[in-house]
Amino acid sequence: MRLAGQTWEYLTDPANWQGSNGIWTLLLQQLLLTATALAITMVLALPIAMWLGHLGRGGFVAINTSNIGRAVPTFALLAILVTLDHPGVKTFGPYGRAGLATLIALALFALPPIVTNGYVAVDEVADEVKESARGMGMTGWQQFSRVELPLALPLVVSGLRLALVQVWATATIAALVAGPGLGNLITAGFYQTNYPKGIAGAVVVAVVAFLLELIGSAAERASQTGRRSTARRGVRGHRTVGG
Amino acid sequence: MSVTLPAADGSAIEPSCYSRLTNHWVCMDYLRDRHQDLASALVQHLQITFAALALSIVLALPLALIARRIPRLQGAILGATTAIYTIPSLALFPLLVPFTGITKTTVVIGLALYALTILVRSILAGLAGVPDEVRESATGLGYGAGRMLLQIELPLALPVMMAGLRVATVSTIALTTVGTLVSYGGLGNLIQDGVQNNFKAELLAASVLCVVLAFALDAVLVLVQWLVTPWNRKRAA
Repeated sequence: MRLAGQTWEYLTDPANWQGSNGIWTLLLQQLLLTATALAITMVLALPIAMWLGHLGRGGFVAINTSNIGRAVPTFALLAILVTLDHPGVKTFGPYGRAGLATLIALALFALPPIVTNGYVAVDEVADEVKESARGMGMTGWQQFSRVELPLALPLVVSGLRLALVQVWATATIAALVAGPGLGNLITAGFYQTNYPKGIAGAVVVAVVAFLLELIGSAAERASQTGRRSTARRGVRGHRTVGG
Repeated sequence: MSVTLPAADGSAIEPSCYSRLTNHWVCMDYLRDRHQDLASALVQHLQITFAALALSIVLALPLALIARRIPRLQGAILGATTAIYTIPSLALFPLLVPFTGITKTTVVIGLALYALTILVRSILAGLAGVPDEVRESATGLGYGAGRMLLQIELPLALPVMMAGLRVATVSTIALTTVGTLVSYGGLGNLIQDGVQNNFKAELLAASVLCVVLAFALDAVLVLVQWLVTPWNRKRAA
């Protein structure tokens, strides 16, 4: 258990937290990557998924993105992206080395939970509710925005929560292919056989993952308040393991 | 762009498509010359995946049965397995290293812990889906708890449990690659080597093989399920 003691020493040494390769810098970099990737996927894919759910079409797409997302190793996709001539390992703004390749991989791995939950959330709004809305003379858009959207919200937020944790995990793996983020502490620790450093990095990554999960479940609970559960048949999103 | 090299006898030879000069992504010569590498990585990949799944099943069954028997423990068991699930794989392996070292065991245990979440939930869901009437009939026929579990409940829960096993298998295959951090990543080792040496043919071949492996094992599990649940065949999808 000497390793545990050395890890604790590494974590409590302020020098390890500061500087351009310090924990704070890497932590901020990875949070920025996670937030950006999540925002990209949310803006580009969520509206399409929900509108398809409204139309009740394209269910096979929604289900298959989950199946494919599970089967493709995040590590393999990251490896291919950084080895391509573009985007490659070029530094990209504040996102660091191989920043663009990492962002693309993260945005892609946010797709399964967001698309599947977005589609299912709207598609599963009870038929009686949809019929009542039509019977009241609502147009397709009104039905979508005033009835389906509010009822679908909890499940959509649940998908975003899953995506958040998934993206954070994938962002950690980026370091395995020379990408940015906290994973660098882990890979550097292992390749230099400085295990306390590697384990300290893992501790920070795991603690932040828990915090993100807590924030996500708080958001999910907030989205559920005041909603009657009878309006939707609850289908939980499929998790994809942490990258 | 084609590069031609002079050979010893003066005639010109084409470099293989995986040489440093050409470095093609898709290269049949690589598959032919280095199939030994791919085969041994594949064997390690399968060993790790199967060991992890076996360990996970052995742990998941009793945990699910305990969770079902003692509702107060159910929240704790589900909460603990979900918490492990939240930890990114690249962080979970280092956290196990102080206990298991840089060994294959580290990867196997890490992957088994991830699969545990999926398996415990699917076993619980499968058992909860057994209709009460069926249980009552079995009790009426004199079945004890153990016989009922083995001969009635588990067979009826099989389709849901198999669905969970399929999800666990596919994601375990994908995650095994990250084991390359501790040098036991099966095909992941080739992917890592491919990135570090800019060896495109190796990188793509190992990645594609990994995805193919996941879908192939999934298909095998569908077939196994079809074989062991003859009563379900008419409505099997």
